[in-house]
Amino acid sequence: MSDTPARSAEQLDADRVAHLAGLARIALTDAERERLAGQLSVVLEAVAQVQEVATPDVPATSHPMPLTNVMRDDVPVPGLSPEAALAGAPAVEDDRFRVPRILEED
Amino acid sequence: MSTSRDLTRLGAAQMAEEMAAGDVSSVELVEAALARIDAVDGSAEAGVHAFLHVAADEALAVARSVDEARAAGEPLPALAGVPVAVKDVVATRGMPTTVGSRILEGWVPPYDATLVERLRAARTPLLGKTNMDEFAMGSSTEHSAYGPTRNPWDLERIPGGSGGGSAAAVAAYEAPLAVGTDTGGSIRQPAAVTGTVGVKPTYGGVSRYGLVALASSLDQAGPCARSVLDAALLHAAMGGHDPRDSTSLAGRAPDVVAAARDGATGDLAGVRVGLVRELGGEGYQAGVQARFAEAVDVLREAGAEVVEVSAPHFRYALAAYYLILPSEASSNLAKFDAMRYGLRVGDGDPQATAEAVMSATREAGFGDEVKRRIVLGTYALSAGYYDAYYGSAQKVRTLVQRDFAAAFERADVLVSPTAPTTAFRFGDKLDDPMAMYLNDVATIPANLAGVPGMSLPSGLADEDGLPAGIQLLAPAQADDRLYRVGAALEARLLDRWGGPLLDRAPALGSFPRRDLTTTGAPA
Repeated sequence: MSDTPARSAEQLDADRVAHLAGLARIALTDAERERLAGQLSVVLEAVAQVQEVATPDVPATSHPMPLTNVMRDDVPVPGLSPEAALAGAPAVEDDRFRVPRILEED
Repeated sequence: MSTSRDLTRLGAAQMAEEMAAGDVSSVELVEAALARIDAVDGSAEAGVHAFLHVAADEALAVARSVDEARAAGEPLPALAGVPVAVKDVVATRGMPTTVGSRILEGWVPPYDATLVERLRAARTPLLGKTNMDEFAMGSSTEHSAYGPTRNPWDLERIPGGSGGGSAAAVAAYEAPLAVGTDTGGSIRQPAAVTGTVGVKPTYGGVSRYGLVALASSLDQAGPCARSVLDAALLHAAMGGHDPRDSTSLAGRAPDVVAAARDGATGDLAGVRVGLVRELGGEGYQAGVQARFAEAVDVLREAGAEVVEVSAPHFRYALAAYYLILPSEASSNLAKFDAMRYGLRVGDGDPQATAEAVMSATREAGFGDEVKRRIVLGTYALSAGYYDAYYGSAQKVRTLVQRDFAAAFERADVLVSPTAPTTAFRFGDKLDDPMAMYLNDVATIPANLAGVPGMSLPSGLADEDGLPAGIQLLAPAQADDRLYRVGAALEARLLDRWGGPLLDRAPALGSFPRRDLTTTGAPA
């Protein structure tokens, strides 16, 4: 754990929250950034205590049960019809999902 | 076919018995439930507001088909004809599924979750979808985008969360059974504060296929009911191995119905009950503690041997949970990208990019708590912080599992209060995330370790006359122990109280009553 940041939690400021929200694709308002910065700093301080007992000799557990790959025979089974798959789409064109432009102009 | 009694007061087991005996029909039961929903559920502004969607026509059609099949002498599953409500996090084909969020408003899934498929195969009429904290994030159902559910004991108070709708529907006699999901206590804590029974099965015991995922390594569907036996019946109907869920447990599921029936005799001789030292004391309301101590005495009277056990790392469980959950949630909720289903905001401008539409949609479609946790999860998983936060939390998970293993060396089941307090008032903890998160302090360790847990009523707290819950925990895949011990405790407590605790809920009597004589439901 030596290469990790300081034991005590970092204070998040509004700019940091804006950056994280950008990574998560949420266009927060200025007021939300300010409010979240305060609340998340408190939460981070509380949750940082996990570092007290997370010593190098303790293995990490990601899941309550040992996970195994689940396979089935490679037999085709019916899937959703195009109509059913598209029924909840915000926009449809020619039996496809219509999405906004993916790339910027330039 | 008496019209003078209130059919909504019957439990699921009794409904099944009476249908088999020809004393009541499924249509009558469903009509009584629908009339009760009509009378007390109200809206976001008034009433219990346990339901986001009521599927009256579909439920009645299923009920009619069950009644016809029974009349024709066809063999029927145990719960055939017994109405069930389903938490809105579970995909239901042809029935709206919103997860309590604006981002899925109006969405109708094209497929059924496995547990819904099984309930349909069990021929249970589905009454509709119950309210919940948005994306199952919360302990009060105040975070539903469609307005809160109210506690039938006191309409000014929260019904617990995130499954407050399912618990309240059962407590208000709108449904005998409801499906919930429990990621950190969302079945057990609402059960505790509404005076009902809620069970989180062993992780993998009920399929997660078709559930909108919150934190995949913690989420578990389970039953909400008014008795231990009723919970067992629903658990058995929807549980068991599912090849479509890679984390579903293989092998034979424990017979929880037989265990509940066996436990009802009230004899616990030879059972070792472990009192978890770390789940109690400071931060726990006095009345909650007092009812818990009495329930432990009742376990002793039933013949159980009570020992104290220590689980020293449980005090880190809450912190670990509030790192693991947001991390998994930030990843799971990435699918809500405005492209293939759900809300889309901001594509009126043809120049708008997919990224801009995505960001605008998620800003508009997610509520405060969801945004808070996604940003927290994004931070906890980011480069440079991953080891300190997420990695450390996963180590705590190991330590919690070891604590459970050691405790179960000494005891067959563990007990604690389910929630530290009775139901609090709306708004009390809304802007203080840590205060809200503390509600789950006793329930979270079970989710981290995957072990099963049950909450059942332990009585009413002296301070406020509101229900408190006792939590039972068992080793993974020993769910039947919970039902056996739970049923024994329930039987003895009912003897003490002289009847169900729910009969004492004051708000239940103050709902507007209307003439229900045509459906046989009036009191």
